[in-house]
Amino acid sequence: MAPEDKPATEDSQLLAQLRAGDEHAYEELVRRHGPRLLAVARRFLPVEEDARDAVQDAFVSAFRSIDRFEGQSLLSTWLHRIVVNASLMRLRTRRRKPEQSIEELLPGYLEDGHLERPASPWRMDDLDPAERNELRALVLERVHSLPDGHRNVILLRDIEGLDTEETAQLLGISPGAVKTRLHRARQALRGLLEPYLREANPE
Amino acid sequence: MKCRDCVEFLMEYLDGTLAESERRVFEAHLGECPPCGHYLDSYRETVRLGRTLCEADERVPPEMPEELVSAILAARSAR
Repeated sequence: MAPEDKPATEDSQLLAQLRAGDEHAYEELVRRHGPRLLAVARRFLPVEEDARDAVQDAFVSAFRSIDRFEGQSLLSTWLHRIVVNASLMRLRTRRRKPEQSIEELLPGYLEDGHLERPASPWRMDDLDPAERNELRALVLERVHSLPDGHRNVILLRDIEGLDTEETAQLLGISPGAVKTRLHRARQALRGLLEPYLREANPE
Repeated sequence: MKCRDCVEFLMEYLDGTLAESERRVFEAHLGECPPCGHYLDSYRETVRLGRTLCEADERVPPEMPEELVSAILAARSAR
């Protein structure tokens, strides 16, 4: 989801100051938008140092291209795209653990096409706020245990809320490939979450 | 329709991009196959959980570390 903005007028004032080369405006931009950008980078990069580096990369790149920001989107949306891109670049340089095959996480079928292990209901309604917080952390951790290509597509489409076209462009794959990969990634993530969320004694 | 096809079409069903005739067959299968219904619900829940990560961060954005602010401003002056 594109982050909601501070009042757009505040940002357009800030933009004017940036374009006029006002030094204080740069600091104001960092203080105003930095926290949100850091939150985005942390969703992509579990190691804090990497997340901070990505935020720094993003701001440096934003400062450099502020003149090209045309104001057709919100400043916050523009910055969001920049930090997503910077985070993806950092992510690509990380050494990866050996990957678990995604096939094992997808549902299996019997010869007649029925589910091998019938799905059971999830307990979502009886989670208290503390459990929901834990669950969010767990979801992110499990997303990061997926193979790179599947992790990236979930991060971009489902977590950051980019559309299929934007995701395809950022990942350098076709929109059709984004859809196929997203569907498999969601199924795999579902499989990873199921042990925690399956009702103990479904009716 | 078999469960295999049902799971295959799930994303398009949730996106509302299934053709009317396919949607009818899909829903007929869901009506007679509770496991596929549970699968659909938990798939939808998985997608929703992803979205809530952003929402939670939006509600409580992190503190911006002072040293990061300084590092960013220093990187700007350095170029």
